[in-house]
Amino acid sequence: MHEAMQQKSVLDFEAAFRRERLRQRIQFLVFGLLFALATWLAADISQFTFARLWEATPRMGDYLVRTLPELHLMSLPGDIAYWYYGFDRWLKLLFDTLLIALLATLFGAIGGLLLCFPASRNLVKNYTLYFVCRRFAEITRTVPEVVYALIFVVAFGVGPMAGLLALTIHSIGAQAKLYSEANENIDENPLEGLRASGANWFQVMRFGVLPQVLPNITTYTLWRMELNIRSAAIIGFVGAGGIGQELYHAISFNYYEDISAIVLMVVFTISLIDLTSERLRHRIIGRENLT
Amino acid sequence: MLQIRNLEKRFGTLKALQDVTLEIHSGEMVGIIGRSGAGKSTLLRCINRLGNPSAGTISWHDDPVSQLKGRALRQWQRRCGMIFQQFNLVPRLDVMTNVLMGRLSYRNTLLSLLRWFPREDRARAILTLERVEMAQFALQRADSLSGGQQQRVAIARALVQQPQLLLADEPIASLDPHNARRVMDILRRINREDGITVLCNLHTLDTARHYCDRVIGMRDGCVVFDGAPSQLDSGTVRQIYGVEHDADFNEGVTSTWLENDAAPVACTAT
Ligand SMILES: Nc1ncnc2c1ncn2[C@@H]1O[C@H](COP(=O)(O)OP(=O)(O)OP(=O)(O)O)[C@@H](O)[C@H]1O
Ligand SMILES: [Mg+2]
Repeated sequence: MHEAMQQKSVLDFEAAFRRERLRQRIQFLVFGLLFALATWLAADISQFTFARLWEATPRMGDYLVRTLPELHLMSLPGDIAYWYYGFDRWLKLLFDTLLIALLATLFGAIGGLLLCFPASRNLVKNYTLYFVCRRFAEITRTVPEVVYALIFVVAFGVGPMAGLLALTIHSIGAQAKLYSEANENIDENPLEGLRASGANWFQVMRFGVLPQVLPNITTYTLWRMELNIRSAAIIGFVGAGGIGQELYHAISFNYYEDISAIVLMVVFTISLIDLTSERLRHRIIGRENLT
Repeated sequence: MLQIRNLEKRFGTLKALQDVTLEIHSGEMVGIIGRSGAGKSTLLRCINRLGNPSAGTISWHDDPVSQLKGRALRQWQRRCGMIFQQFNLVPRLDVMTNVLMGRLSYRNTLLSLLRWFPREDRARAILTLERVEMAQFALQRADSLSGGQQQRVAIARALVQQPQLLLADEPIASLDPHNARRVMDILRRINREDGITVLCNLHTLDTARHYCDRVIGMRDGCVVFDGAPSQLDSGTVRQIYGVEHDADFNEGVTSTWLENDAAPVACTAT
């Protein structure tokens, strides 16, 4: 055995192995240090200290308690009716929010689908076209919805239109990026089969790529819908319509009981939709694994 | 007639094809043999223009093929059907749609994207499927079929292109002997009955001997043999496949099935 360990191939491997392990350790050390530095900087900039967190916690509790409605067992239906005096209006606003989210998801899916093919490295020969499409998707996706919403509220005025536009633009970028990453992982043999029989680029995308990525695209789109519903509720805070705008109003005017009433409605609706969508997504994924 | 003159294909510094000059006559069935890396696939891909030649010319009935671009190129590809070792069907589409893919180049892009094909296309597809004995699977997904069945669908897809030339890149290399024979029989019939010129890369000598009128041997990107199968003696075979086989070259090494053609095929259950 000792002799075998002295053979050149073994020695060479051992040397290469030691070098590789050293490299990994240095890498770990460097990145660990960088991470620690970044954490410290972030805490410093945001003036985070555990003492401040500790002080603020009871205040947070106070605030929450104040938003609770007065409910008595004896007069429960009346109390609830009083608590939810704005139910009809809130329901309509919540519906607005859902509509904003759904439409933005639909437009985002359509736009993302159109954009994702030229944004996939394996599907276009023209590097400039690919580069422009991919970067466009990444840039539109990187800007948060709230920033778009602020811009559009200034441009189009307060209301759902601004919210819809903001979510749509962000969704197009985000979906294009996700879809194109799915495109880049497909089996390219079928594409060759189509190309070899004289199909043009659009036909190759439609029949070679789309069928392969459709399950992925469907789950990504459902997932985007879940995200958009949450975002649609939030961007109301800057005046982009829906239930968020009402919630912001309640918070800034200290209508404590309204806050809890609206938040409960929102949480309940979002959970319901999340659960359904998640079931649906898992079913799609599950079916794919079977076939 | 397919004319190839001084064809060269480089991948970086590697010359996958060097100075290949060939004439293939209409209606011939030609087998191309050679060991792995000899450039067989590269040659077929250049002819179909899945790959672009680095130098040299290819022409079909005096039409220059190696210069074509865009629409004209796609029309050439339609006349020049191709089948592959891995079948290259779209796995998630049904057999019928896969065959209709061979009609895409005849159709308006917008309508075809909506998956609209005229009835005559569907009729042609189903009749062609019948020829390769796959009509009963028309509505089944391609990935639910066995390899041999998929290859027959791929042949049907190539046939509905109404090609004049059919290129086959190791069509039987991933099939069991029974299915391999079935696929080769179909290629032979297409060649004989439809007069389609067939160019077929083969791993195995005996297949080439059995099915082809003419055999081309390639080695390191060059044509080193071109003649009738009967001219393939052990010297030329050694030259094509290289010196490793020198000591006791045995054709069985490159064989997919037993030499005895008349023997009933036993392995249908695989
Ligand atoms: N896309 C490519 N990029 C770089 N090199 C390539 C490419 N395609 C083929 N080659 C090289 O060109 C040479 C010829 O390859 P080719 O696939 O034509 O051989 P082949 O005769 O078909 O072999 P096999 O029997 O293994 O299919 C090989 O050395 C291969 O590595
Ligand atoms: Mg090959």
